[in-house]
Amino acid sequence: MSFLEVNNLNVEFNTADGIVRAVNNVSFSLEQGKILAIVGESGSGKSQTVFAMMGLLDQNGRATGSVKFEDQEILNLSISELNLIRSEKIAMIFQDPMTSLNPYMKVSEQMAEVLIHHKGLSKTDAIEQSISMLDAVQIPEARNLIRMYPHEFSGGMRQRVMIAMSLLCNPKLLIADEPTTALDVTVQAQIMHLLSDIQKEFGTSIILITHDLGVVAGNSDETLVMYGGQVMEIAKTELIYARPTHPYTQGLISAVPRLDDNAEKLKTIQGNPPDAMLDPVGCPFSPRCKFSKDICSNQTPDLLEAGENNHFRACHVAFEELL
Amino acid sequence: MNHETIMQVENLKVHFDVSSEGDMPWTKRKKLQAVNGVSFELKSGETLGIVGESGCGKSTLARAIISMVPAETGRVLWFGKDLLALQKTEMRKHRKEIQMIFQDPLASLNPRMTIGEIIAEPLKTHYPKTSKGDTKARVEDVMNKVGLLENLINRYPHEFSGGQCQRIGIARALILKPKLIICDEPVSALDVSIQAQVINLLMDLQKEMDLTLIFIAHDLSIVKHISTKIMVLYMGNMVELAKSEDIYDHPRHPYTQALISAVPIPDPKIEKNKDLILIEGDLPSPINPPSGCVFRTRCKKAQDICSQEKPELKEAASSHEVACHFHD
Amino acid sequence: MIVADKNKIISMAKNLSEDSATSGRSLWADARTRFMRNKAAITSLVILVLIVLFSFVGPYFAVWTYEQIDWNTMGSAATLGMPSIETGHYFGTDDLGRDLYSRVIQGTQISLMVGIVGATIAVVVGTLYGATSGYIGGRTDQIMMRIVDILMAIPFMFVLILLLVVFGRSIVMLFVGIGLLSWLDMSRIVRGQTLNLKNKEFIEAAQATGVSDYKIIMRHIVPNLLGIVAVYATLLVPGIIIAESFISFLGLGVQEPKTSWGALISEGAGTINYDTEWQLLVPLSFFIVTLFCIYFIGDGLRDALDPKER
Repeated sequence: MSFLEVNNLNVEFNTADGIVRAVNNVSFSLEQGKILAIVGESGSGKSQTVFAMMGLLDQNGRATGSVKFEDQEILNLSISELNLIRSEKIAMIFQDPMTSLNPYMKVSEQMAEVLIHHKGLSKTDAIEQSISMLDAVQIPEARNLIRMYPHEFSGGMRQRVMIAMSLLCNPKLLIADEPTTALDVTVQAQIMHLLSDIQKEFGTSIILITHDLGVVAGNSDETLVMYGGQVMEIAKTELIYARPTHPYTQGLISAVPRLDDNAEKLKTIQGNPPDAMLDPVGCPFSPRCKFSKDICSNQTPDLLEAGENNHFRACHVAFEELL
Repeated sequence: MNHETIMQVENLKVHFDVSSEGDMPWTKRKKLQAVNGVSFELKSGETLGIVGESGCGKSTLARAIISMVPAETGRVLWFGKDLLALQKTEMRKHRKEIQMIFQDPLASLNPRMTIGEIIAEPLKTHYPKTSKGDTKARVEDVMNKVGLLENLINRYPHEFSGGQCQRIGIARALILKPKLIICDEPVSALDVSIQAQVINLLMDLQKEMDLTLIFIAHDLSIVKHISTKIMVLYMGNMVELAKSEDIYDHPRHPYTQALISAVPIPDPKIEKNKDLILIEGDLPSPINPPSGCVFRTRCKKAQDICSQEKPELKEAASSHEVACHFHD
Repeated sequence: MIVADKNKIISMAKNLSEDSATSGRSLWADARTRFMRNKAAITSLVILVLIVLFSFVGPYFAVWTYEQIDWNTMGSAATLGMPSIETGHYFGTDDLGRDLYSRVIQGTQISLMVGIVGATIAVVVGTLYGATSGYIGGRTDQIMMRIVDILMAIPFMFVLILLLVVFGRSIVMLFVGIGLLSWLDMSRIVRGQTLNLKNKEFIEAAQATGVSDYKIIMRHIVPNLLGIVAVYATLLVPGIIIAESFISFLGLGVQEPKTSWGALISEGAGTINYDTEWQLLVPLSFFIVTLFCIYFIGDGLRDALDPKER
């Protein structure tokens, strides 16, 4: 039984300016217990991919393709069927902890709501379990703090509350959409450390969406690189950093300033990230790619195997020519 | 590039009065010490990086230096003249020499003005008699410098990407050929591949136009890359001030050490084998800061003296100052 | 094989390579496009323009003036004063035998003028007052807004009626009275928006550059307020027209023989029992249609200028 398989996922939005393709033919798989990082810049479609999986697209969005979770097709399920999966099998945490929590409800109520609704617990039992989960995410004095309102917590603590809430029903898969982007770097370190502890303790699989290559390096087993709504490369994280086989991945990794590096100038990728794709033709990265050939702007490259161990790349230019 | 001291900040303090819920109009307001005694020297051609996390006061510090926020005490000597003691009209003259670029590229541009008008505004303000032709020429010249096509001069900000908007902001800051540019988190809102472009641009311009920079950010990797020396702030206090390489090679303050350890390096081998120094707990309330050393509530080395005596910023090695009783 | 005009291709090529400055797509242009897509707003705009045109062009078709008395129909409005093409009374006559067509045109002119001029005064005074108060902030802001609060607490109608009784009825008095009191709401709204704008980074940038406070208000704050001001101005116009109509309805508005919608409605309502429905229906229709149109246009403007749509 495969754990998670996404095949040919497409997401379109019907806007006043025409149809916008946010996600274009995305395919990947995830083994149970592993952490997959999805990396991309703005407009890469990484968030819309997981929103589509969870049925969270905006009203004018349409998803096609296949998303199989534990061999069950979950793409475009009805709300009632999806709600059986949300929280219990797949949980999600978002970027801004302030807006993800209801400011008018005490944390105890919000957390208890999850358990009362999904597990049918009584209010007292739900609150007890919530307190022990807050302990597990290292919130000090959980018993007292749980009766407070979200705005009384700091950013880092709110994100812990979100993580605790998402784990209440012991989901098999946790999707974290840019969980630390809005946090300070020391708090980010705490949260990522926590996620990795959770992963070890509960065996939860994690899909981590981020644009921070440093966070990816320390916290994922596999990495998926997206650009302009398409998958550019998928590989084991160590391989992606040691030997990136796609021009975009190469460019991205060399453009990131490193604390342990003393280079004079940063290597850049010329040009600008793509605007919303109205009619994607060819490889979305070709306008900025220094290796691009004629075929690159005419034909979208397929995602093909590039090695063992679940290594895929989408590029017309052979790897040897990139060296 | 001579190395004369162009700016000297002495014991700058900024506080805000905050009112809590239920306060009456006559209740005494509580004091939030945003900047608590910052001093530093800036030499021509240098880049001072100011680094710290949210609430450390770096943005307030930047604005206090140019009198956009009132300072409680302290002096800001610009070529020997105390800027904080100047009247508003006097200070206006010096604004030609010190410019600023902001964090949110799109929000720092008036959406109703063309970028030509935006870039020309400083010129119009300080040299109102400049002819239209001269103004246009100067604007196009500076647009070229930052890598913007001249024929975009009549476009509006919302038609540009984040990186391009930031270039417009830089062009606006450069048109008066200032001596100092204060950059307040100029690349935090940009994509990674664009950050590198803008940072390289700033460094090129610095060499070309003999600029001095104050670069404020929370991303230590970027700050280290562009700065010659770095100041680390924690809750409005200076905790360490040293040359960039020294800060990384030999951080002496426990907070700096934790900060550097927390910065993720894009290299799985290094990250997975890292000895992470985790800081426990949360930032204490800035209205009620801990006595003595403000970092002591989260510091593993804290002892009694830390709560009794606030550590002074002292030289621990050549050009390397630390404020800690137990620094390395 | 495609045959193309050689000269056309050469001139097209010249256009492509010329580095002429391309003009930008301003936010106003975007808003205009969105406004054009709103069918209700465009229809209302067209109708409103027609009504305004009517008030200019209509007199050329009039047979009677607005004060001329048709002795034939006087006193027997119900039977002889009905709307008809032959008598030249397209909309009928009122009880005194005066032609309703011309009177309605006259009333339209007056009511629209009061509405637009009143709204303009309110907008200009309210915007400058509110923007200055909001930008300066601190104690000045507090004092300025408390003055607005106090003025708002005064019952508007009461004061207006008092002014009109004491100083006599005239159009000027109407303008003064209505203008004096309708800028208050606008100043509150503008002040709120200014407070919002004040914290934006482009204002900080202007301050850091050394732009004077006055220039910041005029160049940076006011243009960014115009969106919200435009929307509320379109809401002001109906309010002022209604206020004027109410005053006229009470008999305190414009002096005879000049008239306004309110006065006409008042007269028409008075004779409603005497089979002269047109005397009420015609001015009332103009009144209602115009107000609806202005409301729809206001709605359209608000949708077009909504920042979330950008």
